[in-house]
Amino acid sequence: MTDKQENRIVFWVFLSPILFAFLMVVVIPFFIGAFYSFTNWSSAARANEVLEFVGFKNFTDSFKDPSFNYSFILTVVYTVLNMVAINITAFLLAVFVTSKLKFRNIYRVGFFIPNLIGGLILGYIWQFIFNNAIPSLGDLIPAFSFLTDPKNLILANRNSAVLALIVVGTWQYAGYIMMIYVAALESVPAELHEAARIDGASTAERIRHITVPMIAQAFTITMFLTLVQSFKQFDVNVSLTAGGPSTMFMGKPLFGTELLALNIYNTAFVKLQMAMAQAQAVIFFLVLIVISLVQVSINKKKEVEM
Amino acid sequence: MNKSKHPIVLEIFTALLFLAFLFPFLIVLMNSAKDAFQITVDPLGMPEDWTQIGRNMVSIWTNGNIRYPGSFRSSIIITVVSLLAITMLSSQAAWVLVRTKTRLSNTIFFIFVAAMVIPFQIVMFPLLSWFRTVYTLTGLKLLRTYFGMVLAYVGFGCSLSVFLYHGFIKSIPYELEEAAKIDGCNRFQTFYIVIAPILRPIHATVMVLNGIWIWNDYLLPLLVLGKGNRIQTIPLAVANFAGAYVKQWDLIMTAILMAMVPIIIFFLAAQKHIIKGMVAGSIK
Repeated sequence: MTDKQENRIVFWVFLSPILFAFLMVVVIPFFIGAFYSFTNWSSAARANEVLEFVGFKNFTDSFKDPSFNYSFILTVVYTVLNMVAINITAFLLAVFVTSKLKFRNIYRVGFFIPNLIGGLILGYIWQFIFNNAIPSLGDLIPAFSFLTDPKNLILANRNSAVLALIVVGTWQYAGYIMMIYVAALESVPAELHEAARIDGASTAERIRHITVPMIAQAFTITMFLTLVQSFKQFDVNVSLTAGGPSTMFMGKPLFGTELLALNIYNTAFVKLQMAMAQAQAVIFFLVLIVISLVQVSINKKKEVEM
Repeated sequence: MNKSKHPIVLEIFTALLFLAFLFPFLIVLMNSAKDAFQITVDPLGMPEDWTQIGRNMVSIWTNGNIRYPGSFRSSIIITVVSLLAITMLSSQAAWVLVRTKTRLSNTIFFIFVAAMVIPFQIVMFPLLSWFRTVYTLTGLKLLRTYFGMVLAYVGFGCSLSVFLYHGFIKSIPYELEEAAKIDGCNRFQTFYIVIAPILRPIHATVMVLNGIWIWNDYLLPLLVLGKGNRIQTIPLAVANFAGAYVKQWDLIMTAILMAMVPIIIFFLAAQKHIIKGMVAGSIK
């Protein structure tokens, strides 16, 4: 057996198991899905029946669907706010835990821990806090008695429920993003700060003119991760608000905190409109790719400028 | 600026933030030790009787709805088998992709990398109908089975893993493999005897990234295993129980506590590797 033959055998023996899994789970479903989005595929049980080709109907219907439009706008708003909240929190935490604090290693671990627990469980914990623990503050402190009124529940009001999603999203993810900032901050040479301090730069000036440009690459990564994470948020949405409370949009009542991922899931499994849900997933995929490409290219430009 | 005063203020401030971050876990712990009545009247107070936590745990352990022991076992089986399969299969695949310099090999690698941007939402519905089709065509049962669940995790986990291994293996000098060949190793032996031990640090990164994801994942098991079926993972069990219409918060809190404790113990034991692994995985 020649080397070449041996290499070819090893190539296929080593590659085929993973290729099999990858084809079965990602590649084949991806193309089936793209195909289904142009058909009248209606429910899982009828998947083997003859499908009819309907062109772009599912896509145009999606853009006419109030709940999809609403979830789309809501997801964009949520993503922007969540990205800002997570990155500011994480950056500040990273600055704190890289300064000369006595317990900085313990703080790091503490801030990181929520990230280890799944979003589903975190959502239930916070549902209890918002629905039970916070109202009971009203019983303990007379000045907060308005909190006991069911109308004032944080999760009962659309705007404050979205804020609650951001609070939980930030709490969940900031520790992880902090660790990336920590790694970047620790790679900034101490001499630079020394020199600037001798020249009379304040802490804020040093952060603005030395730290931020030096860790520009970390910003590209953290922005990308938080963007994708926020845009795809599903678990916390399910367990914290399950889409509620209801609100009015385009003259129709719908779920006020239903982010895109949950909206697509519900279109398929609650409304049983599989083809439309698939078309919405394709839109979701395309939008996610476009906005993450835009974000990365903007950040990359900033990296070069320094 | 007063140098001796500054860190103390920051120390106190950070310590308060630290406590605020962990406060929700304290809420879980305190309320796991309350009975159904006490938790509704006093969710913020200290429990009257800490031994209640034991009684709550027993009732979660024996609850027919949440099926904790079975769910825990299923979660362990799925996570461990998936991790072993992902690390072994992705590392050997990445190795041949690095060492074979053909157009086919480059194309396959490019497809793996490109697939990283595919969100799960776009494949989840066709995945279910495809798994069903496979069953009707071949009799191979992929829905509601361990095999299907692990196959799904290997399929979704392999892009990032192959990418990470690929980057690492590129930095291993080829001379090592030539030396192994002179010593009489064939290609299989070269990988398992010479290369595999060098991969240990990147194995840790891949295991941490995939392990945390798989252990906590909710959506994929919900679709592949379904709600309330024979095999269920811990997130499915908790969702099944906590998502019910009547909220038994005392037991939900205990169930949450019991779902969190294993992973927190695991984290505290392997803290350094986990943090290093997660940061390394994100930067690559």
